[in-house]
Amino acid sequence: MDVLDLSASYDADFVARVQAESGQNTALCYQCGNCTAGCPYTFAYDIPVSRIMRLVQAGQRRAVLSCRSIWLCATCESCTTRCPNDIDVARIMDVLRHMARREGFATERNVKVFWDSFLDSVRRHGRVFEAGLLARYVFLTGRFWTDADLAPRILPKNKLGLKPHAIKGQAEMAKIFQRFAEQEGRS
Amino acid sequence: MSGLSYAYYPGCSGLGTSSEYDSSTRAVCKALFMELSDVPDWSCCGSSPAHAVDHALSAALSARNLARVRAMDRDDVLTPCPSCLTNLRTADHRMRDEAFAARANSLLDAPYKGGVRARSVLQAIVEDVGMEMVRASVVRPLKGMKVAAYYGCIMNRPPELMAFDDPEHPMAMDLLMEAAGATVLPFPLKVECCGASFGVPRPDVTARLSARLLLTAREIGAEAIVTACPLCQMNLDLRQNQAARFAGTAFEIPVFYFTQLLGLALGAPEGSLGLDKLCVSPARVLEAPAAGETNLTQGSRS
Repeated sequence: MDVLDLSASYDADFVARVQAESGQNTALCYQCGNCTAGCPYTFAYDIPVSRIMRLVQAGQRRAVLSCRSIWLCATCESCTTRCPNDIDVARIMDVLRHMARREGFATERNVKVFWDSFLDSVRRHGRVFEAGLLARYVFLTGRFWTDADLAPRILPKNKLGLKPHAIKGQAEMAKIFQRFAEQEGRS
Repeated sequence: MSGLSYAYYPGCSGLGTSSEYDSSTRAVCKALFMELSDVPDWSCCGSSPAHAVDHALSAALSARNLARVRAMDRDDVLTPCPSCLTNLRTADHRMRDEAFAARANSLLDAPYKGGVRARSVLQAIVEDVGMEMVRASVVRPLKGMKVAAYYGCIMNRPPELMAFDDPEHPMAMDLLMEAAGATVLPFPLKVECCGASFGVPRPDVTARLSARLLLTAREIGAEAIVTACPLCQMNLDLRQNQAARFAGTAFEIPVFYFTQLLGLALGAPEGSLGLDKLCVSPARVLEAPAAGETNLTQGSRS
Protein backbone atom coordinates (compact mmCIF):
# COMPACT_ATOMS: atom_id res chain seq x y z
CA MET A 1 0.00 0.00 0.00
CA ASP A 2 1.17 3.52 -0.78
CA VAL A 3 2.15 5.69 2.14
CA LEU A 4 0.57 9.12 1.94
CA ASP A 5 1.90 12.33 3.47
CA LEU A 6 -1.54 13.59 4.47
CA SER A 7 -0.60 17.10 5.52
CA ALA A 8 1.35 17.76 2.34
CA SER A 9 -1.25 16.37 -0.05
CA TYR A 10 -4.51 17.43 1.64
CA ASP A 11 -6.63 19.27 -0.93
CA ALA A 12 -9.25 21.24 1.00
CA ASP A 13 -10.83 22.56 -2.17
CA PHE A 14 -11.40 19.00 -3.41
CA VAL A 15 -13.19 18.03 -0.19
CA ALA A 16 -15.37 21.13 -0.35
CA ARG A 17 -16.28 20.51 -3.99
CA VAL A 18 -17.22 16.87 -3.40
CA GLN A 19 -19.45 17.94 -0.52
CA ALA A 20 -21.06 20.80 -2.45
CA GLU A 21 -21.68 18.83 -5.64
CA SER A 22 -23.03 15.74 -3.86
CA GLY A 23 -24.89 17.55 -1.10
CA GLN A 24 -23.37 15.05 1.35
CA ASN A 25 -21.36 15.55 4.51
CA THR A 26 -18.42 13.22 3.88
CA ALA A 27 -17.14 13.76 7.44
CA LEU A 28 -20.02 11.58 8.67
CA CYS A 29 -18.31 8.44 7.37
CA TYR A 30 -16.80 6.55 10.30
CA GLN A 31 -15.37 3.72 8.20
CA CYS A 32 -17.73 0.94 9.31
CA GLY A 33 -17.21 -0.75 5.93
CA ASN A 34 -20.87 -1.58 5.34
CA CYS A 35 -20.71 -0.07 1.85
CA THR A 36 -17.74 -2.19 0.84
CA ALA A 37 -19.25 -5.33 2.37
CA GLY A 38 -22.37 -4.96 0.25
CA CYS A 39 -20.76 -3.62 -2.92
CA PRO A 40 -21.05 -6.25 -5.68
CA TYR A 41 -18.16 -4.60 -7.55
CA THR A 42 -15.48 -4.75 -4.88
CA PHE A 43 -13.82 -7.65 -6.71
CA ALA A 44 -13.28 -5.41 -9.74
CA TYR A 45 -12.37 -2.21 -7.87
CA ASP A 46 -8.79 -1.07 -7.39
CA ILE A 47 -9.91 0.87 -4.28
CA PRO A 48 -12.90 -0.36 -2.22
CA VAL A 49 -15.68 2.18 -1.80
CA SER A 50 -15.18 2.69 1.95
CA ARG A 51 -11.54 3.54 1.28
CA ILE A 52 -12.57 6.00 -1.41
CA MET A 53 -14.71 7.68 1.26
CA ARG A 54 -11.66 7.86 3.53
CA LEU A 55 -9.48 9.25 0.74
CA VAL A 56 -12.10 11.92 0.06
CA GLN A 57 -12.05 12.90 3.74
CA ALA A 58 -8.26 13.07 3.53
CA GLY A 59 -8.46 15.34 0.49
CA GLN A 60 -6.58 12.95 -1.78
CA ARG A 61 -7.84 14.32 -5.08
CA ARG A 62 -5.43 12.59 -7.39
CA ALA A 63 -5.69 9.16 -5.79
CA VAL A 64 -9.48 9.31 -5.93
CA LEU A 65 -9.96 10.76 -9.40
CA SER A 66 -7.42 8.45 -11.01
CA CYS A 67 -8.88 5.23 -9.61
CA ARG A 68 -10.79 2.67 -11.67
CA SER A 69 -13.50 2.05 -9.12
CA ILE A 70 -15.40 5.25 -9.81
CA TRP A 71 -15.93 4.09 -13.42
CA LEU A 72 -17.05 0.61 -12.38
CA CYS A 73 -19.71 1.65 -9.89
CA ALA A 74 -23.11 0.69 -11.34
CA THR A 75 -25.11 2.92 -8.96
CA CYS A 76 -26.82 -0.21 -7.63
CA GLU A 77 -27.57 1.79 -4.46
CA SER A 78 -26.49 -0.96 -2.09
CA CYS A 79 -24.05 1.40 -0.30
CA THR A 80 -26.55 4.25 -0.08
CA THR A 81 -29.28 1.93 1.21
CA ARG A 82 -27.07 0.39 3.89
CA CYS A 83 -25.05 3.36 5.15
CA PRO A 84 -25.82 3.69 8.88
CA ASN A 85 -25.20 7.43 8.69
CA ASP A 86 -27.46 7.99 5.69
CA ILE A 87 -24.69 9.13 3.41
CA ASP A 88 -25.70 8.88 -0.24
CA VAL A 89 -22.49 7.08 -1.17
CA ALA A 90 -23.62 6.25 -4.71
CA ARG A 91 -24.22 9.93 -5.34
CA ILE A 92 -20.68 10.70 -4.18
CA MET A 93 -19.34 8.06 -6.59
CA ASP A 94 -21.36 9.74 -9.35
CA VAL A 95 -19.94 13.16 -8.46
CA LEU A 96 -16.40 11.74 -8.42
CA ARG A 97 -16.72 10.51 -11.99
CA HIS A 98 -18.18 13.87 -13.04
CA MET A 99 -15.04 15.48 -11.62
CA ALA A 100 -12.73 12.82 -13.08
CA ARG A 101 -14.27 13.37 -16.49
CA ARG A 102 -13.92 17.16 -16.28
CA GLU A 103 -10.35 16.91 -15.09
CA GLY A 104 -9.30 14.48 -17.78
CA PHE A 105 -9.08 11.20 -15.89
CA ALA A 106 -10.68 8.17 -17.53
CA THR A 107 -9.04 5.06 -16.20
CA GLU A 108 -11.71 2.77 -17.63
CA ARG A 109 -11.76 4.22 -21.12
CA ASN A 110 -14.14 1.64 -22.58
CA VAL A 111 -16.75 2.41 -19.93
CA LYS A 112 -16.49 6.12 -20.72
CA VAL A 113 -16.70 5.47 -24.47
CA PHE A 114 -19.77 3.30 -23.96
CA TRP A 115 -21.55 5.98 -21.92
CA ASP A 116 -20.52 8.69 -24.40
CA SER A 117 -21.79 6.58 -27.30
CA PHE A 118 -25.08 6.09 -25.48
CA LEU A 119 -25.57 9.81 -24.94
CA ASP A 120 -24.49 10.56 -28.49
CA SER A 121 -27.31 8.28 -29.64
CA VAL A 122 -29.80 10.14 -27.42
CA ARG A 123 -28.54 13.49 -28.74
CA ARG A 124 -28.92 12.39 -32.36
CA HIS A 125 -32.20 10.53 -32.24
CA GLY A 126 -33.97 11.51 -29.03
CA ARG A 127 -34.18 7.86 -28.05
CA VAL A 128 -31.40 5.33 -27.77
CA PHE A 129 -30.79 3.41 -30.96
CA GLU A 130 -29.27 0.21 -29.60
CA ALA A 131 -27.65 -1.17 -32.77
CA GLY A 132 -26.20 2.25 -33.61
CA LEU A 133 -24.85 2.66 -30.09
CA LEU A 134 -23.02 -0.66 -30.31
CA ALA A 135 -21.67 0.19 -33.76
CA ARG A 136 -20.30 3.52 -32.52
CA TYR A 137 -18.74 1.88 -29.46
CA VAL A 138 -17.04 -0.73 -31.65
CA PHE A 139 -15.83 1.96 -34.04
CA LEU A 140 -14.39 4.13 -31.26
CA THR A 141 -12.72 1.32 -29.32
CA GLY A 142 -11.68 -0.88 -32.22
CA ARG A 143 -13.03 -3.84 -30.28
CA PHE A 144 -14.61 -5.43 -33.32
CA TRP A 145 -15.30 -8.72 -31.60
CA THR A 146 -17.54 -7.07 -28.96
CA ASP A 147 -20.52 -9.34 -28.38
CA ALA A 148 -20.00 -11.06 -31.74
CA ASP A 149 -20.98 -14.30 -29.97
CA LEU A 150 -24.40 -12.82 -29.20
CA ALA A 151 -25.34 -12.10 -32.81
CA PRO A 152 -26.66 -15.60 -33.56
CA ARG A 153 -28.68 -15.46 -30.33
CA ILE A 154 -30.35 -12.11 -30.83
CA LEU A 155 -30.65 -11.62 -34.58
CA PRO A 156 -33.20 -14.42 -35.13
CA LYS A 157 -35.34 -12.88 -32.38
CA ASN A 158 -35.96 -9.96 -34.66
CA LYS A 159 -36.10 -7.43 -31.88
CA LEU A 160 -32.91 -5.46 -32.38
CA GLY A 161 -34.15 -2.53 -34.47
CA LEU A 162 -31.93 -1.70 -37.41
CA LYS A 163 -33.29 1.82 -37.82
CA PRO A 164 -33.40 4.60 -35.20
CA HIS A 165 -36.78 5.82 -33.95
CA ALA A 166 -36.81 9.49 -34.76
CA ILE A 167 -38.91 11.68 -32.50
CA LYS A 168 -40.44 15.03 -33.35
CA GLY A 169 -38.50 16.73 -30.59
CA GLN A 170 -35.13 15.77 -32.09
CA ALA A 171 -33.96 19.37 -32.39
CA GLU A 172 -35.15 20.06 -28.85
CA MET A 173 -33.06 17.12 -27.60
CA ALA A 174 -29.99 18.27 -29.51
CA LYS A 175 -30.37 21.68 -27.89
CA ILE A 176 -30.33 20.15 -24.38
CA PHE A 177 -26.91 18.70 -25.13
CA GLN A 178 -25.72 21.85 -26.86
CA ARG A 179 -26.64 24.03 -23.87
CA PHE A 180 -25.01 21.54 -21.56
CA ALA A 181 -21.78 21.64 -23.59
CA GLU A 182 -21.83 25.44 -23.55
CA GLN A 183 -22.33 25.58 -19.78
CA GLU A 184 -19.55 23.04 -19.24
CA GLY A 185 -17.27 25.11 -21.47
CA ARG A 186 -17.95 28.25 -19.42
CA SER A 187 -17.46 26.74 -15.98
CA MET B 1 -63.57 -2.71 -12.36
CA SER B 2 -62.89 0.36 -14.42
CA GLY B 3 -61.44 3.79 -14.26
CA LEU B 4 -57.74 2.99 -14.01
CA SER B 5 -56.08 5.23 -16.54
CA TYR B 6 -52.41 6.19 -16.78
CA ALA B 7 -49.80 8.05 -18.72
CA TYR B 8 -47.28 5.46 -19.92
CA TYR B 9 -43.56 5.93 -20.54
CA PRO B 10 -42.31 2.84 -22.44
CA GLY B 11 -38.55 3.54 -22.37
CA CYS B 12 -36.12 3.03 -25.25
CA SER B 13 -35.34 -0.65 -24.76
CA GLY B 14 -39.04 -1.39 -25.16
CA LEU B 15 -38.60 -0.46 -28.81
CA GLY B 16 -35.79 -2.97 -29.20
CA THR B 17 -34.15 -5.52 -26.95
CA SER B 18 -37.07 -5.63 -24.48
CA SER B 19 -39.94 -5.35 -26.95
CA GLU B 20 -41.53 -8.40 -25.30
CA TYR B 21 -41.59 -6.54 -21.97
CA ASP B 22 -43.41 -3.63 -23.57
CA SER B 23 -45.92 -5.79 -25.42
CA SER B 24 -46.59 -8.09 -22.45
CA THR B 25 -46.94 -5.08 -20.13
CA ARG B 26 -49.60 -3.64 -22.42
CA ALA B 27 -51.34 -7.02 -22.57
CA VAL B 28 -51.35 -7.44 -18.77
CA CYS B 29 -52.62 -3.89 -18.24
CA LYS B 30 -55.38 -4.51 -20.75
CA ALA B 31 -56.37 -7.72 -18.97
CA LEU B 32 -56.47 -5.84 -15.66
CA PHE B 33 -58.44 -2.92 -17.11
CA MET B 34 -55.59 -0.45 -16.74
CA GLU B 35 -55.71 1.97 -19.63
CA LEU B 36 -52.30 3.22 -20.82
CA SER B 37 -51.76 6.39 -22.89
CA ASP B 38 -48.22 6.81 -24.22
CA VAL B 39 -46.53 10.08 -23.30
CA PRO B 40 -46.58 11.95 -26.64
CA ASP B 41 -43.17 12.18 -28.33
CA TRP B 42 -41.39 10.88 -25.23
CA SER B 43 -37.59 10.88 -25.26
CA CYS B 44 -34.82 8.91 -23.53
CA CYS B 45 -34.40 9.49 -19.77
CA GLY B 46 -30.60 9.35 -20.22
CA SER B 47 -30.37 6.19 -18.13
CA SER B 48 -27.10 5.59 -16.23
CA PRO B 49 -24.80 7.30 -18.74
CA ALA B 50 -26.53 10.65 -18.16
CA HIS B 51 -26.31 10.68 -14.37
CA ALA B 52 -22.74 9.41 -14.62
CA VAL B 53 -21.90 12.54 -16.65
CA ASP B 54 -23.90 15.25 -14.88
CA HIS B 55 -26.90 15.42 -12.58
CA ALA B 56 -28.48 18.50 -14.18
CA LEU B 57 -28.20 16.95 -17.65
CA SER B 58 -29.77 13.75 -16.33
CA ALA B 59 -32.60 15.65 -14.65
CA ALA B 60 -33.24 17.71 -17.79
CA LEU B 61 -33.55 14.59 -19.97
CA SER B 62 -36.09 13.12 -17.55
CA ALA B 63 -37.86 16.42 -16.91
CA ARG B 64 -38.63 16.88 -20.61
CA ASN B 65 -40.80 13.79 -20.25
CA LEU B 66 -42.29 14.76 -16.89
CA ALA B 67 -43.33 18.09 -18.42
CA ARG B 68 -45.04 16.19 -21.21
CA VAL B 69 -46.95 14.15 -18.63
CA ARG B 70 -48.11 17.43 -17.07
CA ALA B 71 -49.19 18.60 -20.52
CA MET B 72 -51.43 15.51 -20.64
CA ASP B 73 -53.08 16.97 -17.55
CA ARG B 74 -51.84 14.10 -15.41
CA ASP B 75 -49.72 13.87 -12.30
CA ASP B 76 -48.90 10.17 -12.43
CA VAL B 77 -46.87 8.21 -14.99
CA LEU B 78 -46.11 4.50 -15.20
CA THR B 79 -43.02 2.89 -16.66
CA PRO B 80 -42.05 -0.77 -16.82
CA CYS B 81 -38.29 -0.06 -16.60
CA PRO B 82 -36.57 0.44 -13.21
CA SER B 83 -33.82 2.57 -14.75
CA CYS B 84 -36.33 4.95 -16.36
CA LEU B 85 -38.23 4.91 -13.07
CA THR B 86 -35.20 5.86 -11.01
CA ASN B 87 -34.34 8.70 -13.36
CA LEU B 88 -37.87 10.08 -13.53
CA ARG B 89 -38.27 9.92 -9.76
CA THR B 90 -34.82 11.37 -9.09
CA ALA B 91 -35.45 14.29 -11.45
CA ASP B 92 -38.79 15.13 -9.84
CA HIS B 93 -37.27 14.77 -6.36
CA ARG B 94 -34.13 16.85 -6.93
CA MET B 95 -35.92 19.55 -8.87
CA ARG B 96 -37.85 20.41 -5.71
CA ASP B 97 -34.61 22.21 -4.86
CA GLU B 98 -34.89 25.60 -6.52
CA ALA B 99 -31.24 26.09 -7.41
CA PHE B 100 -30.99 22.62 -8.91
CA ALA B 101 -34.26 23.04 -10.80
CA ALA B 102 -32.96 26.30 -12.28
CA ARG B 103 -29.86 24.51 -13.56
CA ALA B 104 -31.81 21.61 -15.07
CA ASN B 105 -34.47 23.89 -16.55
CA SER B 106 -31.82 26.11 -18.12
CA LEU B 107 -31.05 23.17 -20.43
CA LEU B 108 -34.68 22.80 -21.52
CA ASP B 109 -36.87 24.63 -24.02
CA ALA B 110 -39.76 24.64 -21.55
CA PRO B 111 -39.28 24.31 -17.79
CA TYR B 112 -40.66 21.43 -15.71
CA LYS B 113 -42.65 22.79 -12.81
CA GLY B 114 -42.81 19.65 -10.72
CA GLY B 115 -45.68 17.53 -9.51
CA VAL B 116 -45.41 14.28 -11.46
CA ARG B 117 -45.07 11.02 -9.60
CA ALA B 118 -43.54 8.16 -11.53
CA ARG B 119 -44.31 4.60 -10.50
CA SER B 120 -43.47 1.20 -11.91
CA VAL B 121 -46.17 -0.82 -13.62
CA LEU B 122 -45.47 -3.43 -10.94
CA GLN B 123 -46.27 -0.94 -8.19
CA ALA B 124 -49.48 0.18 -9.88
CA ILE B 125 -50.67 -3.42 -10.25
CA VAL B 126 -49.99 -4.09 -6.57
CA GLU B 127 -51.40 -0.80 -5.25
CA ASP B 128 -54.22 0.08 -7.62
CA VAL B 129 -55.46 -3.29 -8.86
CA GLY B 130 -54.58 -5.28 -5.76
CA MET B 131 -53.50 -8.85 -5.24
CA GLU B 132 -57.02 -10.12 -4.66
CA MET B 133 -58.28 -8.78 -7.96
CA VAL B 134 -55.25 -10.27 -9.73
CA ARG B 135 -55.89 -13.66 -8.12
CA ALA B 136 -59.54 -13.51 -9.10
CA SER B 137 -58.59 -12.69 -12.70
CA VAL B 138 -56.30 -15.70 -13.18
CA VAL B 139 -57.78 -18.10 -15.68
CA ARG B 140 -54.77 -20.35 -16.31
CA PRO B 141 -52.73 -20.86 -13.15
CA LEU B 142 -49.03 -21.56 -13.70
CA LYS B 143 -49.32 -24.76 -11.72
CA GLY B 144 -46.10 -26.50 -10.84
CA MET B 145 -43.78 -23.85 -12.23
CA LYS B 146 -40.91 -23.18 -9.82
CA VAL B 147 -39.59 -19.67 -10.18
CA ALA B 148 -37.12 -17.29 -8.53
CA ALA B 149 -38.23 -13.67 -8.47
CA TYR B 150 -35.32 -11.34 -9.18
CA TYR B 151 -35.93 -7.61 -8.71
CA GLY B 152 -32.55 -6.18 -9.61
CA CYS B 153 -30.79 -3.48 -7.69
CA ILE B 154 -32.74 -0.26 -8.24
CA MET B 155 -36.42 -1.21 -8.34
CA ASN B 156 -36.66 -0.59 -4.59
CA ARG B 157 -33.46 1.27 -3.70
CA PRO B 158 -32.73 3.66 -2.22
CA PRO B 159 -35.93 3.28 -0.18
CA GLU B 160 -36.35 7.01 0.55
CA LEU B 161 -36.57 7.68 -3.18
CA MET B 162 -38.33 4.60 -4.49
CA ALA B 163 -40.82 4.35 -1.62
CA PHE B 164 -42.17 0.94 -2.58
CA ASP B 165 -41.81 -2.53 -1.13
CA ASP B 166 -38.85 -3.66 0.99
CA PRO B 167 -35.38 -2.52 -0.16
CA GLU B 168 -33.62 -5.71 0.92
CA HIS B 169 -36.36 -8.28 0.60
CA PRO B 170 -39.03 -7.08 -1.82
CA MET B 171 -42.11 -9.29 -2.21
CA ALA B 172 -44.33 -7.67 -4.88
CA MET B 173 -43.29 -10.01 -7.69
CA ASP B 174 -43.21 -13.04 -5.40
CA LEU B 175 -46.81 -12.39 -4.42
CA LEU B 176 -47.90 -11.70 -7.99
CA MET B 177 -46.31 -14.93 -9.22
CA GLU B 178 -47.94 -16.82 -6.37
CA ALA B 179 -51.27 -15.27 -7.31
CA ALA B 180 -50.58 -16.48 -10.85
CA GLY B 181 -50.27 -20.00 -9.48
CA ALA B 182 -46.49 -20.46 -9.63
CA THR B 183 -44.35 -21.85 -6.83
CA VAL B 184 -42.05 -19.02 -5.77
CA LEU B 185 -38.80 -20.16 -4.19
CA PRO B 186 -36.93 -18.06 -1.63
CA PHE B 187 -34.18 -16.38 -3.68
CA PRO B 188 -31.46 -14.83 -1.53
CA LEU B 189 -30.04 -12.56 -4.26
CA LYS B 190 -33.26 -10.70 -5.09
CA VAL B 191 -31.65 -7.25 -5.10
CA GLU B 192 -28.03 -8.09 -5.99
CA CYS B 193 -26.71 -6.34 -9.10
CA CYS B 194 -26.53 -8.40 -12.35
CA GLY B 195 -23.64 -6.44 -13.85
CA ALA B 196 -25.84 -3.65 -15.20
CA SER B 197 -24.62 -1.94 -18.35
CA PHE B 198 -21.04 -3.25 -18.15
CA GLY B 199 -21.92 -6.13 -20.49
CA VAL B 200 -20.38 -4.25 -23.41
CA PRO B 201 -17.36 -2.41 -21.92
CA ARG B 202 -16.48 -4.94 -19.18
CA PRO B 203 -18.09 -8.28 -20.08
CA ASP B 204 -15.90 -10.04 -17.50
CA VAL B 205 -17.58 -8.09 -14.70
CA THR B 206 -21.12 -8.71 -15.91
CA ALA B 207 -20.46 -12.40 -16.58
CA ARG B 208 -19.25 -12.90 -13.02
CA LEU B 209 -22.20 -11.15 -11.37
CA SER B 210 -24.81 -12.75 -13.61
CA ALA B 211 -23.24 -16.18 -13.16
CA ARG B 212 -23.70 -15.85 -9.41
CA LEU B 213 -27.40 -15.18 -9.87
CA LEU B 214 -27.87 -18.05 -12.32
CA LEU B 215 -25.89 -20.50 -10.16
CA THR B 216 -27.93 -19.57 -7.09
CA ALA B 217 -31.22 -19.85 -8.96
CA ARG B 218 -30.21 -23.31 -10.11
CA GLU B 219 -29.08 -24.28 -6.63
CA ILE B 220 -32.44 -23.47 -5.05
CA GLY B 221 -34.19 -25.49 -7.74
CA ALA B 222 -35.70 -22.69 -9.81
CA GLU B 223 -36.77 -23.70 -13.31
CA ALA B 224 -37.05 -20.09 -14.38
CA ILE B 225 -36.15 -16.59 -13.25
CA VAL B 226 -38.72 -13.82 -13.27
CA THR B 227 -37.51 -10.25 -13.78
CA ALA B 228 -38.88 -6.72 -13.97
CA CYS B 229 -35.90 -4.99 -15.59
CA PRO B 230 -34.82 -4.97 -19.26
CA LEU B 231 -31.13 -4.86 -18.37
CA CYS B 232 -31.34 -7.70 -15.81
CA GLN B 233 -33.30 -9.77 -18.30
CA MET B 234 -30.76 -9.11 -21.05
CA ASN B 235 -27.79 -9.99 -18.88
CA LEU B 236 -29.37 -13.20 -17.63
CA ASP B 237 -30.96 -14.34 -20.91
CA LEU B 238 -29.07 -12.97 -23.92
CA ARG B 239 -25.75 -13.14 -22.04
CA GLN B 240 -26.48 -16.46 -20.29
CA ASN B 241 -23.80 -18.23 -22.34
CA GLN B 242 -21.19 -15.64 -21.34
CA ALA B 243 -22.08 -16.20 -17.68
CA ALA B 244 -21.94 -19.96 -18.21
CA ARG B 245 -18.50 -19.72 -19.80
CA PHE B 246 -17.29 -17.72 -16.81
CA ALA B 247 -18.73 -20.24 -14.35
CA GLY B 248 -17.45 -23.23 -16.33
CA THR B 249 -20.89 -24.72 -16.59
CA ALA B 250 -23.92 -24.74 -18.88
CA PHE B 251 -27.20 -23.05 -18.07
CA GLU B 252 -30.59 -23.53 -19.61
CA ILE B 253 -32.67 -21.25 -17.41
CA PRO B 254 -35.45 -19.27 -19.08
CA VAL B 255 -35.65 -15.66 -17.87
CA PHE B 256 -39.13 -14.20 -18.12
CA TYR B 257 -40.50 -10.73 -17.58
CA PHE B 258 -43.09 -10.97 -14.83
CA THR B 259 -45.62 -9.55 -17.28
CA GLN B 260 -45.11 -12.51 -19.62
CA LEU B 261 -45.99 -15.06 -16.95
CA LEU B 262 -48.75 -12.94 -15.47
CA GLY B 263 -50.13 -12.43 -18.98
CA LEU B 264 -50.21 -16.19 -19.52
CA ALA B 265 -52.06 -16.71 -16.24
CA LEU B 266 -54.52 -13.94 -17.07
CA GLY B 267 -55.24 -15.51 -20.46
CA ALA B 268 -53.81 -12.60 -22.48
CA PRO B 269 -53.41 -13.33 -26.19
CA GLU B 270 -50.19 -15.27 -26.50
CA GLY B 271 -49.01 -13.32 -29.52
CA SER B 272 -48.76 -10.24 -27.31
CA LEU B 273 -46.48 -11.89 -24.75
CA GLY B 274 -43.44 -12.33 -26.99
CA LEU B 275 -42.39 -15.66 -25.50
CA ASP B 276 -40.62 -16.41 -28.78
CA LYS B 277 -38.36 -13.37 -28.19
CA LEU B 278 -36.61 -15.01 -25.24
CA CYS B 279 -33.13 -16.34 -26.11
CA VAL B 280 -33.31 -19.30 -23.74
CA SER B 281 -36.37 -21.21 -24.87
CA PRO B 282 -39.11 -21.38 -22.24
CA ALA B 283 -40.79 -24.32 -23.99
CA ARG B 284 -39.70 -26.97 -21.50
CA VAL B 285 -40.84 -24.94 -18.49
CA LEU B 286 -44.14 -23.97 -20.04
CA GLU B 287 -44.98 -27.49 -21.11
CA ALA B 288 -45.00 -28.84 -17.57
CA PRO B 289 -47.93 -26.87 -16.14
CA ALA B 290 -49.89 -27.31 -19.32
CA ALA B 291 -49.41 -31.07 -19.52
CA GLY B 292 -52.66 -32.68 -20.51
CA GLU B 293 -54.06 -29.30 -21.41
CA THR B 294 -52.62 -27.11 -24.10
CA ASN B 295 -49.07 -26.61 -25.27
CA LEU B 296 -48.55 -22.95 -24.57
CA THR B 297 -45.53 -22.44 -26.75
CA GLN B 298 -47.13 -23.61 -29.95
CA GLY B 299 -49.79 -20.98 -29.93
CA SER B 300 -52.60 -23.53 -29.89
CA ARG B 301 -54.70 -21.41 -27.58
CA SER B 302 -57.35 -19.33 -29.20
